[in-house]
Amino acid sequence: MTISIQVENVTKEFTMQYHRTLKQMAVASLKRLPLQEKFLAVNDVSFNVEQGSSIGLMGLNGSGKSTLLKLINGVMRPDTGIIRTRGRIAGLIATGAGFHPQLTGRENLFLNGAILGMSEAETKRKFDEIVEFADIGKFLDTPVSHYSSGMYARLGFSIAVHVDADVFLADEVLAVGDRPFKKKCMAKMQEIRQQGTTIFYVSHATASVRAMCDRVLVLESGRLNFDGDVDEGIRYLQYDDADDDEENEMDSELGADV
Amino acid sequence: MATADKKAESQAAIDERGRRENAARRARRMAKNQADAMPVVEASGPRQQRVVEAELISPAPRGGIIETIQQPYLLRLIVSRQLAQMYAASLLGLAWSYVQPAMRFGVYYIVMGFILKLHRDIPYFALHLFTGIVVVHYFSETWSGGTRSIWQNKALVQKMRMPREIFPVAAMLVAAYHTMPQLLVLVLCCVIIGWHITWSAVAAGLLGLAILVCFSMALALFFAALNVFYKDFQNIVSTMLQFMHFMVPMMYPFTRVYAMHGDHPILYQIYMANPVTQAVLLFQKLFWASLSDKDLSAEFPPDLWVRGLITLVACAGLLWLAQRFFARVEGKFPERM
Repeated sequence: MTISIQVENVTKEFTMQYHRTLKQMAVASLKRLPLQEKFLAVNDVSFNVEQGSSIGLMGLNGSGKSTLLKLINGVMRPDTGIIRTRGRIAGLIATGAGFHPQLTGRENLFLNGAILGMSEAETKRKFDEIVEFADIGKFLDTPVSHYSSGMYARLGFSIAVHVDADVFLADEVLAVGDRPFKKKCMAKMQEIRQQGTTIFYVSHATASVRAMCDRVLVLESGRLNFDGDVDEGIRYLQYDDADDDEENEMDSELGADV
Repeated sequence: MATADKKAESQAAIDERGRRENAARRARRMAKNQADAMPVVEASGPRQQRVVEAELISPAPRGGIIETIQQPYLLRLIVSRQLAQMYAASLLGLAWSYVQPAMRFGVYYIVMGFILKLHRDIPYFALHLFTGIVVVHYFSETWSGGTRSIWQNKALVQKMRMPREIFPVAAMLVAAYHTMPQLLVLVLCCVIIGWHITWSAVAAGLLGLAILVCFSMALALFFAALNVFYKDFQNIVSTMLQFMHFMVPMMYPFTRVYAMHGDHPILYQIYMANPVTQAVLLFQKLFWASLSDKDLSAEFPPDLWVRGLITLVACAGLLWLAQRFFARVEGKFPERM
């Protein structure tokens, strides 16, 4: 099997800047408050992915899933470590595509296609198919800033899925879609999975991860703490705990408030 | 003392565990809700083997400006996007690129020419002035447009991978698109008046263009990157650009500047070190100086060519440095926006 994605000891550190103006910085340093703080969003992560396998990326909110996908996609560069990928990468990161709000759906479609590496002829050839799948009808020539969040996600997903990519990243994309569209998307993802595309699927829905993925990676505070079988991964995350009864429901509600 | 420390430590550990348990519970609940909402589609049919003929490479290669030029289709889309955005909800549209310089020209011509009587010293004063306006217009638009370009395309920079130099480069092309009509007007005026064009004049024009492009591109790249970290820079740039018209010899003859080089050699050198000054002089050599039969070599510095070539080398060096700087900090753009 050929390697599709290679990630070696990758670390990404974020700097949180608390104070932006000179005045705020001066006040903060007089009060001896920290001016900035660093934290590791992705901490020494290594794994290899073979072409054609589909990976479920799981973890709690803020565990570094989106950052890892951004590193694989090439939007960010790792501070240390090496990432290598093979072929064309498409996908959606952090619930939505990179659309320009003032452009219409049609213009964004062409621009997005070009960024993902499609030529003008290729985009024109697939145009009807993409528009039909996205099902945005007469809104095609309206600026995307007027779109509903569902329409926005539909168009983004439709473009990404029609690019004929070798690696497809789906980061909680389907969270905003309605049920019929979600179903359509999952079917489409199964289809590209069968064509041998490497898939990265981020979701909290265990059943859908079970159906879609061959392998699960679990991130916890930036560390890759589990890498292996799907069922074991879900068990590791305790998403399937039997004791998740009424009492715990109440606890978690309290927990959310505290 | 030690036990107290230990106690505090274990308390912290318990807190930490509690937090994690709560978070896990929340996630579990969410998972349950989502599991209901997320339809399950089982795979059907056999899996195919996909052969990818690409090499295993970094997903974010440091291609720089060169990679930008290798994607002309994407560059074209971004330039036309920029133009469309500029003229969205504008009545005059592209006519603005005539109106603004025309008004500026009118004001300078009246104030400097008729009131300050500078036009008496300069033959074809109008074209002397207009050549300078065209050069400075291109420079200003590239610099200020380039400086804002990354922020303006925030949505794309945060989510899509592409050589990010493409935005400053697109800003330069937009500026060129706006300057083109003015250049045509300039050429037309020259042809009507009678243009005695020579090879050395053409060479001067090309040298001036090369200096202008390198220098403005270097500044656009450098300030585009700085502006991501501190948005003050776009204000600094627009402040500096307000002085630009007075820092190049277009409203006043170069002879006046040259006259001070004996008394104030340092000031003179600073004035002449400005690459835009060089570009204006070289363009004037091509357009304005070719109009008259008189010998106008006193209107140019005696070392015009040597200076011009040195400036070009320096600007190419600056462009290289700006590209290095941009490539170095570019990886931090998405997190700082």
